[in-house]
Amino acid sequence: MARIGIIGVGKMGLSHLAIFGAHPDVEIVGIVEPQSFVASAVKSQTGIETYKNHERLIDETRPDAIVVATPSVTHVEVASYALEHDVQVFVEKPLTLSSADSWRLSQLAVSRGLANQVGYHNRFIGTFQEVARLVQAGAVGQVYHVDGKASGPVVTKPKTGFTWRSKKSEGGGCLHDYASHVVDLMNFVVGPPKSVVGARLHNIYSKDVEDAVYALFDYAGGFSGQLETNWSDETHRKMSTTIAVYGSHGKILADRQELQVFLKKGASFEQYPEGWTTRYITDLQAPVSYYLRGEEYSAQVDAFVEAVDKRNPHPQNSFESAYATDWTIDRIIERDKAGR
Amino acid sequence: MDRIMFGDNQFFGVNHMSEEKARAQAVRFKETSSIVKVLRDAYEAGIRTFMCTTHDQIGDVVDEIERRGDFDGFVYYPGMPYAHKYANAVSELGVMETVKQYAPGGMMEMLVKGARSAMRKDVEQLMSMLVDAEMKRFAKADTPVIFLQNVITDLLLGLKMHDLFKDFADHVKSHYGAEAGFFSMNMPMLVPVLEKVGIERPIVCCNYNKIGFRMSGGIEAYDHALETTSVRCVAMSVLASGAIPPEEAIRWICERPRIESIVFGASSRGNIQQTVSLINQYTQA
Repeated sequence: MARIGIIGVGKMGLSHLAIFGAHPDVEIVGIVEPQSFVASAVKSQTGIETYKNHERLIDETRPDAIVVATPSVTHVEVASYALEHDVQVFVEKPLTLSSADSWRLSQLAVSRGLANQVGYHNRFIGTFQEVARLVQAGAVGQVYHVDGKASGPVVTKPKTGFTWRSKKSEGGGCLHDYASHVVDLMNFVVGPPKSVVGARLHNIYSKDVEDAVYALFDYAGGFSGQLETNWSDETHRKMSTTIAVYGSHGKILADRQELQVFLKKGASFEQYPEGWTTRYITDLQAPVSYYLRGEEYSAQVDAFVEAVDKRNPHPQNSFESAYATDWTIDRIIERDKAGR
Repeated sequence: MDRIMFGDNQFFGVNHMSEEKARAQAVRFKETSSIVKVLRDAYEAGIRTFMCTTHDQIGDVVDEIERRGDFDGFVYYPGMPYAHKYANAVSELGVMETVKQYAPGGMMEMLVKGARSAMRKDVEQLMSMLVDAEMKRFAKADTPVIFLQNVITDLLLGLKMHDLFKDFADHVKSHYGAEAGFFSMNMPMLVPVLEKVGIERPIVCCNYNKIGFRMSGGIEAYDHALETTSVRCVAMSVLASGAIPPEEAIRWICERPRIESIVFGASSRGNIQQTVSLINQYTQA
């Protein structure tokens, strides 16, 4: 039985509270949430104790692990305190707002032998896992380009600014919110880029943060990558993420539901014949024991609970892999500034 | 409940397999009249129950059907809330601002009080107000069963806020004379909880298909719950978004006599008629 505390019960924290709460091997020892309506609703309905801050929760309950779902700017402080007190940590993405901080956290977790994981849930989606497997097995031959995109309707008109998501200083904006997911997915499939060739951050409706991010990457393997993310695109009902990989033997297109593989003549691979093959999430996703918003959210929680049990400091989506994502984000910011 | 019900995913750009298909459908059903035309095809195929999300466009659909006056005996099973609207708003506005924006008058006062603490009755009252706001669109319609969408059902299930299920059921009974229904992706986990909080013979709409797609706990757990609990089950996603051929899918589901109803969505007259006749054929067999 893993004893787990949830730090921050906003949009993501509520989801984690439910998924961890439904896990048969987890006991929720407490939550930290400054909005008293939410905190007291949880307490009055479920009896789960609320604590004033993460220090109190950790000192008083001595949990095996915590989930950090606070505004991004606070991740480094909360995660550091936990790791220094021998508490294993799951952090919502992005890990931190600076790759130097992310590297330090990663080293701290590994040196203490503590499980550490970041909520880049795309790595737990069956279609994307198959893309990574196929590319790494050489199914499309020599890769020459990778293309990652995400669009959705988060900020679709001027004004607002009610939450930390619209404040740059707290880690708001499309870059840390949407683009980080796509950078991480591209890293998952082809590894991190060696440099960011060019980048542009656009304000469409927001004042303090960017609403769209476009960037071009160079990879050590001699290929290129393109990133295109926009959270002000209301043509999508919800966040939609796609990846395309182009290689000498064919190409692969995938989103959350669908995987399309094209292989050139004479380049069939395993069960994938020449020409187009389409596979769906219905046959690529392993089932979960509790479903809330997608199998991937439950699958990442299952993986973390297992890592906590084994005190495995190198799980999928470790701090180290999230550091590589934050490194790329830092380079995107630099290139955008340099180009202005 | 009718044996066959008509769903609405196809109208609102939802397709669990293909985002491209979803987009094409969203374009096709931009106009309310094209939705009503398909509903008319369903009506002529003998369907009398429309299970629909409280999407923004649904009010226009209800009004148009009322205006036409040729949908005798047509009933609605609303499923609420249309969760993406709230999820996107929570990202942009935060939980409290979202509640303020979407909840009707009287809410502010309650929130000021709630800023200190939330008692059980406050949460219950908040839920009731949000239900009433969603139900405004159905003022003229017959709604014998009112459903809670799976995102909310399964969230409350995981959070163990189980008393709210009973509060919801009591509210829709007293205010709308309706029975409560629950969409869920976790039927075997949910049903004992609903029974425990005092909801008799709970109505649950869940995925039920031959490949076990989105059936948390697996087909065996679902079959076991069907046989050993009082659940009145409405099967959805019987074709697993098209992964199973229609005849095979429907024969399989009809081998489970404890399944009370089947809900499906389709856009063409031919597909509607074919599905209805397959269900009728294998139900009798």
